[in-house]
Amino acid sequence: MTTHQPSALELERRSYRRRRSQRSVLVAIASTLAFAALVWVTVINTEGWAKVQESFFDPAIALKSLPRVWDGFLLNLQVLGLSIVTVAVVALAIALLRTLRGPVFFPLRALATVYTDIFRGLPLIIVLYLVGFGLPTILNTRIPPVLLGTIAFTLTYSAYVAEVIRAGIEAVHPSQRLAARALGLGYVQTLRRVVLPQALRKMTPPLMNDFVSMQKDVGLVSILGAMDAIAMAKSEVSLTYNFTPYVVAGLLFVLLAIPTIRLTDWYAARLREREQTGSVL
Amino acid sequence: MSALLHAEGIWKAFGDKPVLEGVDLALDTHEVVALIGASGSGKSTLLRCLGLLEPIDDGQIFLGDEDISDPRVNANRVRSRLGMVFQSYNLFPHLSVLDNVTLALRVVRRLPRREADSRGRELLDRVGLADKAREHPDRLSGGQQQRVAIARALATEPELLLFDEITSALDPELVGEVLELVRALAEDGATILMATHEMSFARDVAHRVVFLDAGRIVEQGTPAEVFGAPREARTREFLTRFMA
Repeated sequence: MTTHQPSALELERRSYRRRRSQRSVLVAIASTLAFAALVWVTVINTEGWAKVQESFFDPAIALKSLPRVWDGFLLNLQVLGLSIVTVAVVALAIALLRTLRGPVFFPLRALATVYTDIFRGLPLIIVLYLVGFGLPTILNTRIPPVLLGTIAFTLTYSAYVAEVIRAGIEAVHPSQRLAARALGLGYVQTLRRVVLPQALRKMTPPLMNDFVSMQKDVGLVSILGAMDAIAMAKSEVSLTYNFTPYVVAGLLFVLLAIPTIRLTDWYAARLREREQTGSVL
Repeated sequence: MSALLHAEGIWKAFGDKPVLEGVDLALDTHEVVALIGASGSGKSTLLRCLGLLEPIDDGQIFLGDEDISDPRVNANRVRSRLGMVFQSYNLFPHLSVLDNVTLALRVVRRLPRREADSRGRELLDRVGLADKAREHPDRLSGGQQQRVAIARALATEPELLLFDEITSALDPELVGEVLELVRALAEDGATILMATHEMSFARDVAHRVVFLDAGRIVEQGTPAEVFGAPREARTREFLTRFMA
């Protein structure tokens, strides 16, 4: 027998819980509205608000600048797309170098360590200057800023991501390696079949964090002379002496980040659900 | 009705898989009840439901005269009157043994650190682990960890102890030390409901044995009745498989 007719008492308890959750929703709505109203009234009554609105939030200028800023934004996306691929490859390689065991590999291990130490410490903007202006000078050729930017981002972000991957790999309990090796899996097989899949779960939240961080840092290619969203906005600003185009560019970056952030939350919640049986108190 | 704990018509399903199908159970103060049954019969779920760690789908649970299954009661307050020990210890790895034991005293009962510590040391002494107070749980053997978990459950002087197969994760030679402790608690008059696979221990220590099968109580009685002359075919079948 799988269907059970709930008793009157249980039905009463369910309706009580339902009423409670309905009340919670109403309280949440009311409190949100009250808070929003409070903020709104405070803001519009603040001295200078009119001026702020005029120079930061001018709808006409926003609309007018949007096409060019959008064009520039596509360039940011291009840099981002390229960097994701190169960072993934380079970071994984470095992380694996750092986890190599055995005295033969000491130089490689040391090199990887030095690399992550340096590039995590070095300000991104310095890497951008060195690569963006230094590299074309040495090679004495013109290199497209998209490529230069990608190289600089890869250098810096690979160091961060490599550390996340390494931490994830090392967080997998040694007993898992033992179990895999006991089954006859080799070092690489163990890594690929047992360690990395588990490590990936642990790594995802910090990886997503680095990803969001990179999404907005690609805006820095503008200092290499690339006509990206920020450079476009800057040129619009210089035409109008109104700062709305910056806000437009900023908004595009925020909109880009939000899906990633939500995705991270969703993924974390799903992992929690899968690893936990029964209810969570 | 003088029962300390009184559960009536407990129903529980996970998704559409029914786990408990109308369980009635009562425990008197100082009573030791062993809950036996195959894996998946619902023993753990029943203990969790009674400990308010899992919401029930129907039925009522009374602790004393209070209906603790009422969503209006403060479940945290009820839980602090119960002591639960888990199969896999569930000690907090980031806290020392002593801090594991005193956590509830300090945080829930708001005892000052000094008082909580002296109470914690008494409890550790009682479970024979006074010298491990400053160690971290991972450095202890399974049996020692489980004794710490029992001390932790005892810290708030619970009215009822819920033991969920507390020896199932232990090596055979470590089972004895934990069961000895449970026996001592029972002799001191603790009220205990324990899910267990240790049939001989249940026969020695429990006042009553309850056999759970597929989410229902099939048979209950004194150890002599249930082990000596089981009335139900399913009980007999389970016991022959288990005692073999």
